Amino acid sequence: MSARTLDKSMMSRQDTSDIVFRRILAVFPISILILVAGIFFQLVSSCLPSLHKFGLGFLFSRVWDPVAENFGALPFIFGTCVTSLVALLLAVPVGVGTAIYLAEYAPPKVSKAISILVDLLAAIPSVIYGLWGIFVLVPYMRTTVQPFLGKYLGFLPFFQGPNYGVSFLSASIILAIIIVPFIISVSREVILAVPSVYKESAYALGTTRWEAVYDIVLSYGRVGILGAVVLALGRAIGETMAVTMIIGNNAVITPSLFSPGYTLASVLANEFAEATTDIYLSSLIEIGLVLFLVSIIVNILARILIWSVTKGPVQVIK
Amino acid sequence: MCRPVSIQRKDSYMKKILALLVAMVMTTSMAFADAVLINGAGATFPYPIYSKWFDEYGKANPGVAFNYQSIGSGGGIKQITAKTVDFGASDGPMTMDQLTAAPGRIYHIPTVMGAVVVAYNVEGVGKGLKLSGDVLADIYLGKITQWNDSRIAEQNAGVNLPGSSIVVVHRSDGSGTSFIFTDYLSSISSEWKGKVGKATSVNWPLGLGGKGNEGVAGMLKQTPGSIGYVELAYAKQNDLPYAFMKNQSGSYIEPTLASTSKAADGVNIPEDFRVSIVNSANPEAYPIASFTWLLIYKQMDDHTKGAAIVNFIKWAITDGQKFAEELDYAPLPANVVELIQKKLEQVKY
Repeated sequence: MSARTLDKSMMSRQDTSDIVFRRILAVFPISILILVAGIFFQLVSSCLPSLHKFGLGFLFSRVWDPVAENFGALPFIFGTCVTSLVALLLAVPVGVGTAIYLAEYAPPKVSKAISILVDLLAAIPSVIYGLWGIFVLVPYMRTTVQPFLGKYLGFLPFFQGPNYGVSFLSASIILAIIIVPFIISVSREVILAVPSVYKESAYALGTTRWEAVYDIVLSYGRVGILGAVVLALGRAIGETMAVTMIIGNNAVITPSLFSPGYTLASVLANEFAEATTDIYLSSLIEIGLVLFLVSIIVNILARILIWSVTKGPVQVIK
Repeated sequence: MCRPVSIQRKDSYMKKILALLVAMVMTTSMAFADAVLINGAGATFPYPIYSKWFDEYGKANPGVAFNYQSIGSGGGIKQITAKTVDFGASDGPMTMDQLTAAPGRIYHIPTVMGAVVVAYNVEGVGKGLKLSGDVLADIYLGKITQWNDSRIAEQNAGVNLPGSSIVVVHRSDGSGTSFIFTDYLSSISSEWKGKVGKATSVNWPLGLGGKGNEGVAGMLKQTPGSIGYVELAYAKQNDLPYAFMKNQSGSYIEPTLASTSKAADGVNIPEDFRVSIVNSANPEAYPIASFTWLLIYKQMDDHTKGAAIVNFIKWAITDGQKFAEELDYAPLPANVVELIQKKLEQVKY
């Protein structure tokens, strides 16, 4: 009898503390929701003058003229999308490849040493990458990389036009360097988390190492790896300083990656401090809103991609 | 037995920390007890000289302390309009609309002068390429595209100009430097005035945008055939070759602190100082020059602060000017100093 009452009181005690703990924990995610909603509300309410004046045309106009107070965001949206996508194209193979090597092939000492270096790379502030870009990457792009690409791949529209060094391509390369540590770090953890039973079973069935990596590890880990890519993409879309320093800040829409360009984050960083008139400021805030929406849309697209990919044989393995 | 002891210990720690905090608060409040703290915000271009002034003036007058945030001219205008600061600072004069939006009459007080130089990277051409304003405007409009264009060549007999194409570089961030430069081009070329205009950021017809003076200088150094504009101090400190500009009287003038000061010397300065001095009528003046201004209310709300600000400005435009040259700012000419002294008499506090 006494044992039962004790049991009961312990149960109820656990229950109250559980409830309290659960409620306290629930505050944190709710505060995130409030934060996002607050940012969205603040952006929308601050850019009302520009929304009224330009309407949807803001998204499709190519003109950005602070003197005539006529504003449009299309070249900036284009620039943000192009640089982020090219950066991903460059960074994903290198990042995932490195992660596989570190997790599956490298001797533990090498793997550990390189992992530390990768984490160090992730901690470098982007203004340092930007300065390095101006003084090292841009001259090299102008004298070596872009002439080479123009010579051998010049038949493609991406590699035509005058060669200044500052370009969509240079900005994409800087972005790729900035995001690659994120992809490596997260992917490596994901690959290490693949239960060794699966790999051992594969080896027992007589697979080669490559087959085990490709069929088992990558299959099992691809949700996580795609998650790493989405994280990296978010970083690429929002990156401001390094890109502003080497993209050339010229609002144009062109297929040529050699051309200077402009991104949403760059125009904000460049012009916000000296924007004086209300409609100018409001248009810049609308650029911020567009950036916010572009990030959300890209995130949703990436998630849809993950869902569609994970419906494959990966479920069978699990 | 263990717990009370540790609690007691904690208690004594807390007391020590509390005592320390109280002591800190008391000493800091004592240190600032009789000092007037004057808040200002605005232009980044004059920030080095203003910091120097605040420091020197503070040493001589321990009762006054300054807090200046270099957030940009636009921010300076906004904050003085909202009266969140005691004075604003701007590299461009306020527009009529901005003045009427302010809750009181705002005075523009010139403090020092600056020049914008046209720098370039042309193989085999050193400092002193001669350029006129209309040629410069047409380069920035994309109408002159080669370095050996006859309109550049005819002003530079004897200079071996290459046939390479011109790469135009401009500031990508909103800045007073861009304002002075586009103000100059607008004053020279009606086409520029109509198509582009003058502002801290404009819709550039062509060219590469570099962020900050350092961004433009970086692009100039690395791009053969490029032309751009930077502050005089920046060009000197970085050994960038720069052009001698043709002024209103037809002479080609090297940008120096002296030729910059000349831009306001002996020319007609209006009583409100909201004046562009680009393309000055003075025959010895470098044509791409400008004032930078402090913005203050004619009627100050706070008597002590108002008196401190006016005294500071009186000092800055006289004794303070000697610090200008070592920081590569052009000092105000004597006629402007006299005008400002008269103007300050009208400030009420």
